[in-house]
Amino acid sequence: MPALLAIETSCDETAAAVVRDGAILSSIVASQAKLHAPYGGVVPEIASRQHLRSVDALVLEALKQARVSPTALDAVAVTRGPGLPSALLVGVAAARGLALRLGKPLLPIHHIEAHLYSAPVAAPFVALVVSGGHTLLVHVARVGSHRLLGRTLDDAAGEAFDKVAQLLGLGYPGGPAIEKVACNGNPKAYDFPRPMLKSGDWNFSFSGLKTALRRAAAQPRTARADQPPEETTADLAASFQAAVVEILVEKTLRAARAREVRAVSVSGGVACNGALKVAFEAACRRENLALGWAERALCTDNAAMIGRLAARKLAAGAPIPEDWDIAPDWTLPEE
Amino acid sequence: MSVARTVMCAGAEDTERLGREIGRALQGGEVFALEGELGSGKTTFVRGLARGLGFLDTVTSPTFNLVHRYLGGRLALAHFDLYRLKSPGDLELLDLDDVMEEGGVVAIEWPRLAEGLLPERRTRRVRFDDAGSAQRRVTLV
Repeated sequence: MPALLAIETSCDETAAAVVRDGAILSSIVASQAKLHAPYGGVVPEIASRQHLRSVDALVLEALKQARVSPTALDAVAVTRGPGLPSALLVGVAAARGLALRLGKPLLPIHHIEAHLYSAPVAAPFVALVVSGGHTLLVHVARVGSHRLLGRTLDDAAGEAFDKVAQLLGLGYPGGPAIEKVACNGNPKAYDFPRPMLKSGDWNFSFSGLKTALRRAAAQPRTARADQPPEETTADLAASFQAAVVEILVEKTLRAARAREVRAVSVSGGVACNGALKVAFEAACRRENLALGWAERALCTDNAAMIGRLAARKLAAGAPIPEDWDIAPDWTLPEE
Repeated sequence: MSVARTVMCAGAEDTERLGREIGRALQGGEVFALEGELGSGKTTFVRGLARGLGFLDTVTSPTFNLVHRYLGGRLALAHFDLYRLKSPGDLELLDLDDVMEEGGVVAIEWPRLAEGLLPERRTRRVRFDDAGSAQRRVTLV
């Protein structure tokens, strides 16, 4: 397999990576996570000039860390969409310039499709892509041939984690904050709803769960009159997390049964949640399903997954598209 | 001076219906500044606007993606969410001022940072308050 440089700038994260033979030689994310924390769930600067400032430096650093000379690259890959137009433009312009200078092909990649194929599992499988911006169930009949089964109708699961963390005063990013506090709580203390668990389709809804949590937090039913507030918060966090985990696991497994596949995969930022992984592992063991879990570095926004999917397409002899532009509203291509 | 109108919504269906009724009458160029706590019905209202414009596909919260655009209805609808932003400089990435000049409909959740950019004459302010159980009090200016 060839060596590729990949650039990802679909939202507020700038990332570059070098992959070769399926291996990630380098993967750098100009993460602003540390800068976010003091503001509680907020991005201090995501202006496009931030992308502009970081993209060239990131590309050089990715090549340096990978010990790959630009001339040794076989191709360049970039996120074409979906995403913010001004952010995508910066990445695509940088990638296009580089490909042109090197005389190498440029592969435009769909951000969600890259998440979809970032977990190690053999097709056919049902994939759950679950992050702050997306919650999708996809049936992958074989690599490159996939169909959307369902998606969230309101909030993404990761967004629900973040907003609930904010409501509970737990800070940002919300996923890790909830998970940490939930360890000390009783997941059965509050009987939160499981919206759309039995809806008969493959869609999700997390907005009502967020509202239920807000209501419960305003008037908590504590286990004891003298229950300290930290324990109440822990119970709320644990019960909320249990509800989200149950919905995600149950719906994914039902989709696997309905599509008669023997494997499922989980990718996207929420795959970093340990409780979700434990629950999926137990459920898949029980039902004798193979489970592919995206490694942590590939879960949050990154360029390595863009490079890996591009390398796969290149190796499979996929045609190199020409005359394309950014696609901010690109829906998942179904083939 | 416009007069404020207050509507009580019994639940999410009511909030969506209110948005749908308003959406049906839109001419293009309107900017909705939507204020209210987490879970107060802002995204549900925008889903209604989209339905009223004839857009029938999924309408989801744009908090993480910052903007969702719904094309295919009578008018284009751009749905912004500034919840994650902290400084007005962050708006640069969103091209908000350009989008507000495109003739479609714009809805902005958590609009505080964009206050200086909003075209006052075309801006409708909608405030969502929790009024107990699933009820919402929606104030339109």
